[in-house]
Amino acid sequence: MNIVVCVKQVPDTWAEKRLSDSDKTVDREGVEGVMNELDEYAVEEALRIKEAGGDGTVTVLTMGPDKAVETIRKALSMGADQAVHVVDDALHGSDALATSNALAKALGTIEYDLVILGVESTDARMSVIPAMLAERTGAAQLTFARKVEVSGTTVKIERQTDTGYDVVEASTPAIVSVVEKINEPRYPSFKGIMAAKKKPLTTLTIADAGVDGGSVGLAGSGTEVAEFAARPPKQAGQIVKDEGDGGAKLAEFLASQKLV
Amino acid sequence: MTDVWNTPERVALRQTVRDFTVREIVPYLDQWEDDGEVPRSLHKAAAAAGLLGISTPESLGGQGGDAIDNMIVQEEMLYTGASSGLLSALFTHGIAIPHILHSGDRYLIDRYAKPALAGEKIGSLAVTEPDAGSDVSAIRTRAVRDGDEYVVNGAKTFITSSTRADFVTTVVRTGDEAHHGISLIVVDTDSPGFTVVRRLRKMGWLCSDTGELAYVDVRVPARNMIGGEGSGFGQVATQFGGERLGLAVHAYGVAQRALDLTIEHVRNRIAFGKPLIAKQVVRHKLVEMTRAVDVSRTYAHTIAERIVNGEQGLFAEAAMAKNQCVEACEFVVNEAVQLHGGMGYMRDSEVERHYRDARILGIGGGATEVMNDLIAKALFG
Repeated sequence: MNIVVCVKQVPDTWAEKRLSDSDKTVDREGVEGVMNELDEYAVEEALRIKEAGGDGTVTVLTMGPDKAVETIRKALSMGADQAVHVVDDALHGSDALATSNALAKALGTIEYDLVILGVESTDARMSVIPAMLAERTGAAQLTFARKVEVSGTTVKIERQTDTGYDVVEASTPAIVSVVEKINEPRYPSFKGIMAAKKKPLTTLTIADAGVDGGSVGLAGSGTEVAEFAARPPKQAGQIVKDEGDGGAKLAEFLASQKLV
Repeated sequence: MTDVWNTPERVALRQTVRDFTVREIVPYLDQWEDDGEVPRSLHKAAAAAGLLGISTPESLGGQGGDAIDNMIVQEEMLYTGASSGLLSALFTHGIAIPHILHSGDRYLIDRYAKPALAGEKIGSLAVTEPDAGSDVSAIRTRAVRDGDEYVVNGAKTFITSSTRADFVTTVVRTGDEAHHGISLIVVDTDSPGFTVVRRLRKMGWLCSDTGELAYVDVRVPARNMIGGEGSGFGQVATQFGGERLGLAVHAYGVAQRALDLTIEHVRNRIAFGKPLIAKQVVRHKLVEMTRAVDVSRTYAHTIAERIVNGEQGLFAEAAMAKNQCVEACEFVVNEAVQLHGGMGYMRDSEVERHYRDARILGIGGGATEVMNDLIAKALFG
């Protein structure tokens, strides 16, 4: 089974994130980039499926600036076989629609049965790329998986819901997004880190991937960040002093907030 | 000049070590200190992450790195909040199996070294006896050949990880000559006649179990002897160099951690209306601590680089690195407790643990005085 894992380099989870004043995109220069945490689970799941099946390849796919190669290297260190990096200045500022367009085109250059992604990235948190990729490629959509079972050309998942889970089944090719409950990602070992240096890495411009320049980037995006502002500082809470009527005052407050 | 300590691969290795330490060690360390030992599951997890045997060739079950990679694993664990006691417990194989690996004996490698590197077996090294510590030539535990076996009788003490061990690489006397009468033999701990007499209670290194061992007519297969009869002293002396450099890493690693914790504390602690770090006496103290750590680390790194570049016989240098780093560590952990004030004396503060743990570093792996004798001999004959 050939599997593609989409990974994304995001600003360090704990770093203070900013938008650039000039074009209102995420400032990726000033902060350390890390692999989007949920993508680690996606890589792990791909490796487990491959190891259980005993054949096929795991290809890492990312779209991002030159620096994103660090995230590719981490996925290769964990054990993925090869990587495709879509890198082009024209991609800067792409929204989810434009990104899914470019990724779908890049997927067209790779042979795959399964595409696995984290359910969302910690920077944009749109959680729509898996569904968009399924739409654009015509592959089955299996999202929010907390468990994946592959048997021949059938993929069965447990889809996490608010109250429990649904069992959803589809034939390959399929796009699977995973939640963090699914596994415990491995650490890149020293051996893996050294082996990653020798693994094939293909770099694609948008022209190589067959992406129309007008359909990506800030100009090619369907959405636009009109304005942004820093989150206002937290307001001091209201303190209720109990003078024998504390309970009544609390009930009054809850009622005024329409909580009871 | 390229910084061999921070190549892209080593930066990635440091990240793996940090992630592992934060997830698998730090949350449980207090519990293990109370338990008096680390669980076997930690050895398995560390093996799965490829952290055991970093500098052992892949053909022998290791990761294929070198002494620099090995030091990076240890220092990064300490910088991230592990302790020297934890390292001594988790990496005991670092002193228990090098002689086996070096011997090239496939039987012993497959039976003991590889399982230790896979986190499946725990090994100890037993040198010290009630009447012989740094003076290895004085040991009395005796192995007498009887057919295809040796019969071992004697006692060992202060043996790290021995209450959990599956095998103990034991220094025994097979002849009467002080040095040439010494041999190394691997003893399975389930052998009849082998007992852990007691678990020793210590000042620090609480999560690292330490045992006193008795050997009463323990029959050990002759093929468990490492190298030939009488080659033990040479093997032990050769591997001591690595152990000493390892303890130097413990010392500067712990010192760096204690320094980091202290800087954080004095930034946050307000006294007389200002953070402590605003006071000149505190600032100067932090500078002295930083200088002690950085100079010590730089020297130890240099020795590792020379070893990786193929230089042999750096025994005096390894011993100097140990003494230099231990002295720096003792200074830094003491000042760290001082600058933490009353909090530094509490069991809840991490520097209190480092202070207790650090005291062994100038004693274990050859005492400071023994190191000085060794250095003097190399310098002045």
